[in-house]
Amino acid sequence: MPKQVKLAAHFPGVNNTTVWSDPRSGSQIDFSSFEHLARTAERGKFDFLFLAEGLRLREHAGEILDSDVVGRPNTTTVLAALSAVTTRLGLAGTLSSTFNEPYEVARQVASIDHLSGGRAAWNVVTSPDAWTGQNFRRGGFLKREDRYQRAEEFLATVRELWDSWAPDAVVGDKENGVFARGIDRFVHKGQQFDIRGEFTVPRTPQGQPIVIQAGDSDEGREFAAKTADVIFSRHGSLESGKEFFADIKRRLPVHGREPGELLIMPAATFVLGDTEEEAHEYAREIRYQQVRPATAIQFLEQVWSRDLSAYDADGPLPEIDPDPDAEPLTWGRVRHEKDQLAVAAKWRAIAEEKKLSIRELVIEVTARQQFVGTARQVADSVDEYVQSDAADGFVLVPHLTPGGLDVFVDEVVPHLQERGVFRTDYTGDTLREHLFSR
Amino acid sequence: MGSAQQLHLGVALDGAGQHPAAWRVSGIRPAALFTAAHYLAHARLAEAASLDFVTLDDTLALQPGGEEVVRGRLDALLTFAALAPVTSGIGLVPTVTTTHTEPFHLSTAVASLDFASRGRAGVLAVPSRTEAEVAHFGRRTLPSEVDAEAENAEVVDVIARLWDSWEDGAIIRDEPTGRFIDREKLHYVDFEGRFFSVKGPSITPRPPQGHPVVAVYGDSPYAQGAEVVLIDEIRDARVRFPGAKLLAGLSVVLAETEQAAIDRRHALEAYAPFPTGGLSFTGTPADLAAELPRLAAASGLDGFHIRPAVLPDDLELFTAETVPALQAAGVFRQAYTGTTLRDHLGLGVAANQYAEA
Repeated sequence: MPKQVKLAAHFPGVNNTTVWSDPRSGSQIDFSSFEHLARTAERGKFDFLFLAEGLRLREHAGEILDSDVVGRPNTTTVLAALSAVTTRLGLAGTLSSTFNEPYEVARQVASIDHLSGGRAAWNVVTSPDAWTGQNFRRGGFLKREDRYQRAEEFLATVRELWDSWAPDAVVGDKENGVFARGIDRFVHKGQQFDIRGEFTVPRTPQGQPIVIQAGDSDEGREFAAKTADVIFSRHGSLESGKEFFADIKRRLPVHGREPGELLIMPAATFVLGDTEEEAHEYAREIRYQQVRPATAIQFLEQVWSRDLSAYDADGPLPEIDPDPDAEPLTWGRVRHEKDQLAVAAKWRAIAEEKKLSIRELVIEVTARQQFVGTARQVADSVDEYVQSDAADGFVLVPHLTPGGLDVFVDEVVPHLQERGVFRTDYTGDTLREHLFSR
Repeated sequence: MGSAQQLHLGVALDGAGQHPAAWRVSGIRPAALFTAAHYLAHARLAEAASLDFVTLDDTLALQPGGEEVVRGRLDALLTFAALAPVTSGIGLVPTVTTTHTEPFHLSTAVASLDFASRGRAGVLAVPSRTEAEVAHFGRRTLPSEVDAEAENAEVVDVIARLWDSWEDGAIIRDEPTGRFIDREKLHYVDFEGRFFSVKGPSITPRPPQGHPVVAVYGDSPYAQGAEVVLIDEIRDARVRFPGAKLLAGLSVVLAETEQAAIDRRHALEAYAPFPTGGLSFTGTPADLAAELPRLAAASGLDGFHIRPAVLPDDLELFTAETVPALQAAGVFRQAYTGTTLRDHLGLGVAANQYAEA
């Protein structure tokens, strides 16, 4: 039997992925949008739906960014509500380990696992900046260098809480009046947390809800290899995907784990057309809608840390250099490049070589893994990535909310099923079963 | 009809009922208390009777007691979130603990419950005052009662500011100017309190009700300004809380005859005494229906927070017999006349503190 593809659906929330100007674009807030995407993903027999988390509205040049989709509901609340309108789909959400405490995250994720009958997953992230912290009591609580230390200890503590009730603790013996027995006290004393007591939630249907991790640094990879069930990665291309895949899977035995115990699922977008040409034309249109002139200038300003509003997005890159000593102009977007001058030099070289305007350059350098083509071609590519160990599957990010996944489910999934690389129906009830049973 | 005072009715869905031994005599399977289906079944009973709302108690610690009582529970807000898309009329008022959880998270969670329920969310804001909860978090000492209440008041204040931090209609999707939102309609709350500060704005737009309904218990100092107060002590209640919707806690043990109800009560008391606090009624559904309007009028109450001794038994009798009798007497709605919890409670539109008048 060929390797089976794993599929998840990302709710396209706050960013410029969503083409809000498209007439088919609906609300990113109303529950009906989440319900639509979840039902579509479940109809497509997907492993899970994935929600990101927002803790502060993005700002640019001192103002709230108004050009992209802004605003989203609370992650855990939406996942709990989705548990009522789905029966098999896994429900995954990002929850910061910085602005929460282990007891409450353990409780929320365990509650969702119960409410959904074993379909909860938690994407563990850290939030390092004091800027986001201004919305929270313990804003400046965490030093940057302590991020993984806290995240690791946070996760370990959460798992101690999940394990603190014996599997059969809820006895429910009416005759003898024993409701529950065997609720162990937990004691955790570490560098980050010194807590003790009793957990309020019985052991969940999955025992341990699924843990997702998204870090890419060496520390992040090691953390994931040690503890995560799924890596939500950014390594989209076939070559970088293979490298990343091999690197991660190589780290597993050190931690006593099998290669199959950690699944690698990069984010990916897709654009379908009746012909290959049509799909590419449509993909190009989408990119231009996503990267409007103002968006392109703002993107450049992130690296330059300068006001570049006088520059023409359809003209060449600025001749002046970035100001590495200036405060960032943009807050709330993950900054992957650290050396601003080097990035600028690299981008100038690309722009010169390919004769790109600012907007064209931004489109070029922000391109993510994208499957473009007919439904059959996209299915072929997805399968190729998985069979050649560049990924175990994908977290698909549609560019339209909430209907952007429909066409993938209707047209691509049947091809994958035909090839025998994707389930035609769920064989288990829990997310853990979807991801790990043979 | 029409002239008689209209009652408001909420119902508590805690455990297998309010009595500690309810789980032993109820037909409910004990493990069902950890499923959504349990709460949905009871919320639907309340909804079919057009009751105003259901509540669900919560704390960040295990319930005190031993093996003989219900111990363990799911997060109340998330449990009610799981009811939101599959109910249509009933208000959903979970308890949230304001002492340890971040106010920013509370604000967006309640707003999101309001979105998922299309305007039926409320929140019962309760501070934590136990050493057990402090030990579960480990980052602070037990606040004094006065401080915990003051912090609760700050939290209630700031979550409403965050709800208001997006004016209605902030999302404009203005294609010609490329603006998704009108940032003039978003507001930093810049809250600086005694216990915490919050910058804002919220990440979640203003919820459908503007302000989901905030309820507090009558022993909270904040109750003075609250829209809904749940009280156990009804003496002078109206004097103490002049502006609020006042609902008195009332535990009920019902049966078709008064003697049968008394027998049921005795059977429960053979296991454990009834919890103290609040009113209690033991008798027939019809007698209860006769009693409620009298009691409300005499004490200046707006209604009752019904605490069925045993679920589903006492809730079934209450909704099947007491409610129709109240309807026949013209003191309770025949059906929902509005769609939001604010509508049910007659609270009117919530003004936005940041919007230009």
